[in-house]
Amino acid sequence: MTLRDFVNKLLGRQPASATTARERLQLVLAHDRSDLNPELLEQMRREILEVVSRYVEIDLDEGDVSLETEDRVTALVANLPIKRAKALSLPA
Amino acid sequence: MTSTGTRIILICSGKGGVGKTTLTANLGIALARQGQRTAVLDADFGLRNLDLLLGLENRIIYTAQEVLAGSCRLEQALVKHKQEPNLALLPAGNPRMLEWLKPEDMQRIVSLLAEQHDVVLIDCPAGIEDGFKNAAAAAREAIVITTPEVSAVRDADRVIGLLNSRGVSPVQLVLNRVRPKMMANQEMLSVDDVTDILALPLLGLVLEDEQVIVSTNRGEPLTLNGSKSPAALAYSNIARRLCGEVVPLIDPAKVRHGLRAKFGQLMQTKIF
Repeated sequence: MTLRDFVNKLLGRQPASATTARERLQLVLAHDRSDLNPELLEQMRREILEVVSRYVEIDLDEGDVSLETEDRVTALVANLPIKRAKALSLPA
Repeated sequence: MTSTGTRIILICSGKGGVGKTTLTANLGIALARQGQRTAVLDADFGLRNLDLLLGLENRIIYTAQEVLAGSCRLEQALVKHKQEPNLALLPAGNPRMLEWLKPEDMQRIVSLLAEQHDVVLIDCPAGIEDGFKNAAAAAREAIVITTPEVSAVRDADRVIGLLNSRGVSPVQLVLNRVRPKMMANQEMLSVDDVTDILALPLLGLVLEDEQVIVSTNRGEPLTLNGSKSPAALAYSNIARRLCGEVVPLIDPAKVRHGLRAKFGQLMQTKIF
């Protein structure tokens, strides 16, 4: 955050448009680069949660799976708060 | 075949109207003035304009089309610039060429140009369809030009991805139409924003400059007459950097002076 953003926030103004532009670009490029549309991403999110919830109990509402981009590398970031591990016997 | 020493540089952007052709014309002249035998190829067969920016539109007899068809020799189609004889233009052919032109055709044209020149600049059409693919097939390296606007940066990103997957390297960035005042007020993506997002080495910054329009009106690129305008300086610096010279980049924040500029700089300080 720059000093200008901070002052704008204090005065209840909109952030400078360059900040908005940067954030919107980063989001749209993450999707462009991965070639995943929102529906596919949502489907993948559901399947990941399903697999993880077989092993641990997770908060399905808090779970978040998103794409983040830095230096032309896009990463799939999953943030899944675990409530407790499931008592699970390994398959024989 | 292609002589190994020739640099074959694609000038592309994805989005139209960001300054590809203006950069090609000015860079062509600037490189020629440095003594490089330079050819500029208008690969925008649909909407050709490079001839107009170079002021050569009335001297075209043959085009790339006749060269490919074998109905004329390359030398007959090349238009030499009168004031800068190191520069030659190979004009784009008829838009109907788009129906049959293939990447191999572009490669053949470019390797013919490479035999007689030190640098070949290819002015790429906008878009990422066949016109771009044909032009990219013939290039070894690329300059991606963009402006600090979301749509231009997004399209540039697509083009960079395609260039990477085609093994074109190096790919360098030119940031065009920079407005220092808007950047200082954070109402325009900063130079760092754009280079961080696109992750390309910055070859040059061109400030917004009315003289660009004046020069296109006349068909005399700014680099031709040693103009002192900011864009002219930027273009010749880009040419020097391309040839390996170390020329410092301008800092848009330092272009402006006075209290207002100082205040703008202060407000850009990152606090957390």
